[in-house]
Amino acid sequence: MLFGNLIFYLFVAITVLSAGVVVFSNKLTYAVFALLFTFFGVAGLYVFLEADFLAAVQLLIYVGGVLVLLLFGVMLTNKITDVRISQGSMNRVIGGLIALGIFGILAYVAVTTVWNSSGGRSISETVNTIGILLMTKWLLPFEVASVLLLAALIGAAMLARRPRSRRESS
Amino acid sequence: MNHLVVYLIVSAILFALGLLAVVSRRNAIAVLMGVELILNSANINFVAFTKFSATTLDGHIVAIFVIIAAAAEAAVALAIVLNIYNNYKTINVDDAASLRG
Repeated sequence: MLFGNLIFYLFVAITVLSAGVVVFSNKLTYAVFALLFTFFGVAGLYVFLEADFLAAVQLLIYVGGVLVLLLFGVMLTNKITDVRISQGSMNRVIGGLIALGIFGILAYVAVTTVWNSSGGRSISETVNTIGILLMTKWLLPFEVASVLLLAALIGAAMLARRPRSRRESS
Repeated sequence: MNHLVVYLIVSAILFALGLLAVVSRRNAIAVLMGVELILNSANINFVAFTKFSATTLDGHIVAIFVIIAAAAEAAVALAIVLNIYNNYKTINVDDAASLRG
């Protein structure tokens, strides 16, 4: 059990430290690649929580989709010759105080509240159960989510298109 | 090792860092990364409570919907950021404060 403990805290350290790099790094490309490690660490935490399907989804969608989109955004909105893509930040002191305060409140609540915790039951067959739940109890949100994805697809394509063809279409 | 409080603390740290990124970073893409951190912290909470104090897997379903919303948000937001870059030649969120199109 000690070895599993070690791996668990390794994942926690990866998540927290790379999230810190995401926030405090001056170079935007470094921040994006640190975000990769954050997502990877969160996927590891999902594995420790016995959410195997969610861990796979996290790796596929975040690392494979969202992160590539963010990298495209970084590459397209900065000149390639500008190697050092640095972006300063403002109000770091006030924002830091606010973030620290909110973290203090959340941590205080998490520590002092007596949670209705069963000590961790073992979850089996998440994929099977999730599929059944999606098709029965959560069917309407499932369909709404598909419409949302379609709308996001069309909206992103419309917004990112070059406005050159506007004269021809109208 | 698997205590609920550890997950909650990690999630609180991620939330605070994401909030700090949203508040203090000036690059629009960095702000988006902060939003992703906040959504991930919420997901950790959902999955942790599913394991430790729930009897069904509803938390996993909600986490999946959060991931769906995050993917849609990232796609649309990056399209908007590209449009802002084409119009203003910058993605500094303070410089793109004009309301006229």
